[in-house]
Formats: sequence, structure tokens, C-alpha cells
Amino acid sequence: MSTGSDVVALFLHFVLMSLMSVGGVGSVLPDVQRYVVEVQHWLSAKQFADSFALGNAAPGPNMMYVTLIGWQVAGLFGALAATLGMILPTATLTLGVVRWNALAPDTRAGRALRQGLAPITIGLILASGWVLVRSSDHDWRSYALTGATILVFTRTRLNPLWLVAAGALAGVAGLV
Amino acid sequence: MPQPTSVPDEKVPSRIGPLALFFAFNEIAVSGFGGTLPWSYRTLVETRRWLTDREFMEMLSLGQLLPGPNICNVGIMVGWRFAGYGGAAASLAGLVVMPFVFMVVLGFLYVRYGDTRLAQQALNGMSAVAAGLVLATGVKMLSSLPRRWLPALFGVVAFAGVGLLRLPLLGVLLVLAPAAIALAWRALR
Repeated sequence: MSTGSDVVALFLHFVLMSLMSVGGVGSVLPDVQRYVVEVQHWLSAKQFADSFALGNAAPGPNMMYVTLIGWQVAGLFGALAATLGMILPTATLTLGVVRWNALAPDTRAGRALRQGLAPITIGLILASGWVLVRSSDHDWRSYALTGATILVFTRTRLNPLWLVAAGALAGVAGLV
Repeated sequence: MPQPTSVPDEKVPSRIGPLALFFAFNEIAVSGFGGTLPWSYRTLVETRRWLTDREFMEMLSLGQLLPGPNICNVGIMVGWRFAGYGGAAASLAGLVVMPFVFMVVLGFLYVRYGDTRLAQQALNGMSAVAAGLVLATGVKMLSSLPRRWLPALFGVVAFAGVGLLRLPLLGVLLVLAPAAIALAWRALR
């Protein structure tokens, strides 16, 4: 059940996530899952994985799955709280940086930030994938589908939407 | 990425209204199945010709450096440049408003029909693919790293701490990020 305090807690956690999203929002997925599923018990692990899969299949920035999570926690206000919490802090930061020309990517500071954070970002994105694998009910057939996706996506330039559609079809056909 | 376009600088407009910015970024967001970045390049550099190839790359690299969705950061930079605060807000709104509506509709349908057998079967397949896409993105990014053991160690510790041990991200970042940035800073001297 949703209450006003849930909406506030949701908003504040996404504010924190927003500011920690080094290298893009993919790096905070494990912590979003930990908070929403394991700490607050707002969603089951399966509902979380479903939300990410749906958000991933729809057009828009890749963070929009948080809107779907917010919707399930507290309806329209939850959706707004999650989305604005994820967007507004970094938007303000970015505006400040361009407004005062505070950080140029090709200075030593900019390069140190990028080079230092790059491996952490990659570690966190792989952790996101791992959390998603663990979040849905899996047997060997869905592991095989995940593995096939990795192979196809790293070796071809196929639009990932085709892979998502193939996954949905494989599911409906009872293969997964 | 395509080769740099031969757009002369004087053809790039100096001011673009918030409404035009809103619709351009709305188009990018709504076309952006499976990633918005290729569409933002096509729209901003090739179709609308608001940015040169080089300007786009500069904004993108700063956008990737800052936290937050990369495409939103690019939108804010483009909006700010052509129409100040109102432009930044308009670009951001263009990126988010329609996807927000899509998500609310999907959320409504999911809460209502998500438990049906057909939906569950489709979602099982889609989840397995979604997990694969995220892992594959990480694997692709690995190839961009220099093969040195110290940066790799930071990546492994981040993966293990957040993915396996499920530690809070805040603590992991507070320990890892300053050390990683300081080491990179020293190495750049």
C-alpha cells in the first residue's frame, strides 16, 4: 500500500541514485533493486525485473523504468516522484556545469574523472546485468536466452528491439 | 558513427526557440527504441543541423562525464546553448514527457494484466533478453579499457560489492571513486 511517506522516501532515494549515477543511469540499477525490493519490499524481484524489461522495450531514455516502479509503488504520484527524483538533481548539476563552464572533459581533471570512473561504471553495469539475471525466475532455458542475447548483441549491429521481440515470442511459445 | 559532416559554421543558427527544442528532443525520445544516442546524432547533426559533428561529440563526452542519463545531459546543454534556462527545460521536457506517458500506460496495463499467463510468459522472455542486453553493454565497454590490473581491480571490486554482496552503492562509491580518480590524476601527470 502506498502512503505519502512512501512517495517522499521514493523521491529521496531516487535523488540519491541520480547523483550517484556515474557514467549513466545503468550503474545505479543494483541499488534501486536493493532499496525497492529488499529494503522496502514495495515490489517483488520478479516485478522489478518485469518493470525493467518493459521500460527497456518502450522508447525513451533508458532510465524510464523508474517511472514504472514509481507507478506500482504509489500510482501517479509515485511515478512523478521517481521520475523527477531521478532527473532533477543531475539536470541542475549539468546546468550549473555548463552555466559556469566548470568542467571541461579534456582538462586533466576531466580526464582523471573519466578514466578513474570508467572501470567502476563498467563493474556496476555488469552488476546490474547480474542483478537482473537473479531477479527473475530462471532455469537453464532463460540462461541460454540471456547468453544468446549477449552473443548477438556484441557481435552484430542488430537493433536490440528485435531481440526483445524475439524474447517475448520465445516466452509466449513456452520456450523460456 | 558517421564521418564528420561538412556543415559550414555560419549555417548553424545562434538561437532556437524552446518549442522547436521541445519537439526535436521529443522526436529523439520517441524514436529512441533501444537507445536514444544514435537518434540524437541523426536529429541534431544530420537532419536539423544545429550542431557540428565536433560540437556534438564535445557535448556527449561532457554528458557522459556527469551523472544522470547521458541523453538528458546532452539535451540540457543544447537547450542552454540555444535558449538559456527555458531552452534547457524545454529540451528536458521533450525527452521525458512522452516516455512518461508511455510508462504510465504500461504501468496501468501491467498492474491490470501482468499476472495473466500470456503476459507472464512474454515478460519472462523479455526479462532474459533485457538482462543479456545490459551484460552485453558492459562487455562491449570492457574493450574500451586499457588492459591494466589496477583499473580492472576497481571494476571487479565495484561488481563484487554491489552485485554479489549487495552493499549500498553510496558506501561502495565513497570508498572506490576518490581512490580511482586520484590514481588516474597521478597517472596523467
